[in-house]
Amino acid sequence: MIFFLGDQYLLKTPVALAEYLNYHQKLVFVGDFTYFLRMFESIVEVKGLTKVFKSLKAVDNVSFCMYRGEILGLLGPNGAGKTTIIHMLLGLTTPTAGEVNIFGQHLAKYRKEIMQEANFSSNYVSMPNSLTVIECLKVFARLYRVKNKEEKIAELLHIFEIEDIQDKLVRHISSGQQTRLNLAKSLINDPKILFLDEPTASLDPDIADKTRRLLRLIKKNSNISILYTSHNMKEMEEMSDRIIFLHKGKIIAEGEPKTVIKSFKGKDLEEVFLKVAREEKI
Amino acid sequence: MRLNRIIALFLRHMYLYRRSMPRIMEILYWPVLDLVVWGFITVYLAQFRQNLPKFIPFFLGALILWDILFRAHQGISVSFLEDVWSRNFLNLFASPLGPAEYIFSLMLVGFIKLIATASIMAALAWFLYSFNIFLVGISLIPFVLNLIIMGWSIGIVTTALILRFGQEAEVLAWALGFLFMPVSAVFYPVAVLPPFLQAIAHYIPASYVFEGMRSVISNGGFPLEELLMSIGLNIIYIVLSFLFFHWNFRIVKRKGLLVKIGE
Repeated sequence: MIFFLGDQYLLKTPVALAEYLNYHQKLVFVGDFTYFLRMFESIVEVKGLTKVFKSLKAVDNVSFCMYRGEILGLLGPNGAGKTTIIHMLLGLTTPTAGEVNIFGQHLAKYRKEIMQEANFSSNYVSMPNSLTVIECLKVFARLYRVKNKEEKIAELLHIFEIEDIQDKLVRHISSGQQTRLNLAKSLINDPKILFLDEPTASLDPDIADKTRRLLRLIKKNSNISILYTSHNMKEMEEMSDRIIFLHKGKIIAEGEPKTVIKSFKGKDLEEVFLKVAREEKI
Repeated sequence: MRLNRIIALFLRHMYLYRRSMPRIMEILYWPVLDLVVWGFITVYLAQFRQNLPKFIPFFLGALILWDILFRAHQGISVSFLEDVWSRNFLNLFASPLGPAEYIFSLMLVGFIKLIATASIMAALAWFLYSFNIFLVGISLIPFVLNLIIMGWSIGIVTTALILRFGQEAEVLAWALGFLFMPVSAVFYPVAVLPPFLQAIAHYIPASYVFEGMRSVISNGGFPLEELLMSIGLNIIYIVLSFLFFHWNFRIVKRKGLLVKIGE
């Protein structure tokens, strides 16, 4: 959605707006003003997040905010700390130092309340493979105390085009179908925030493209915030409103994809990624 | 047939034993347990010479009751392993689910499974050997409940150990319960055990249940003292097992091991 229009700039995120104001010192406003205010509402606030495993500093004093309705991409080579950050935001790993607030509440104290409004999908985590597709969704609908379970499940089966396999055992469905089941599960509670850890890994280009389209559609319709990790640079560039570039546990760049690309003097994110991974310019 | 391929696979398995204490222990564990349990049964039976006690109710009753304890233990530990093996653990704990809720759900699963198992065993014992487990009388209900609670305590401790030590400790899901068999005096009285094992048996809730069962079968009556001891010990152990699980869960989250379960 585009809410701010000034000269030829289309401003979609608070960061883009800040960059624009910094340059132009004025703003011509067109659009929904309440949405304008809500854009500045941070859903996630991370301050000084650090995780040390024995002698390895996996995440090193990371701070960032995530705003309502944005797709924030976490980017970086293997071992950069992306997945560890997601695990800490989900309360699955306890940080060594730092603070995480989600929906204005302290994660360590209000994890259950926060997770009621959040969800997670990873291509490396499976659903119970001895259950059928619909049984899995029924279990998670109960876990998240979903009202109108039957309707919600029917809607998700339809959206993700898995109605025809609803009675199949998870172990008998393809990896693409498993990914779609994982994503369906991740939307079962209409989350306000979604953590997606490489959701399109191991998918063929057609299914991966469908998945991306679907996520964009969901974001557009529900104003959900999505924290996204992927090793597919094209996908990150295409999907993310803003990216955080991590290297060896530290944030080395943050902003809109085009800003990050510019700051590294690259032609696209792929080139920037290779530079960082090979430590040519950090 | 090629020797190099056979040796390659032989090495593949031997490498595991070089650094896995649970695997090495397993080589000794079952034979030692068998020897201990059957050894004490022999010692017990040898005392009677020609005048054997009511050994059919003794053994069948003990077997059915022991299986209740074992199934209660497995109901928790094996159901937990199913989540681990299906790599579903993160999906569960990324939800609002808390560790205590998770354990209670496993206890419920275990309870349903063992009711089915105990019913089938009791029916088979009656059909095949004309043995009626209900001859133990009204004390059967508190006996069974005590065995279930002890099984749950062992199951919760097993789950905590698997969480902490991962795949290496999975064998405990079957093995840990049996560790208590010799000192639970399942098939023989506590008096048969040597003094140091008798001392341990006094802290095992199941030993009071099996002693009580034998006393009911031999003399009738209601073994109140045994039941009270068993209940008291079980209350302590179930509380301690929950605390142990919570303590381990915190450590596992701090060490980042929760996200590695099943990998």
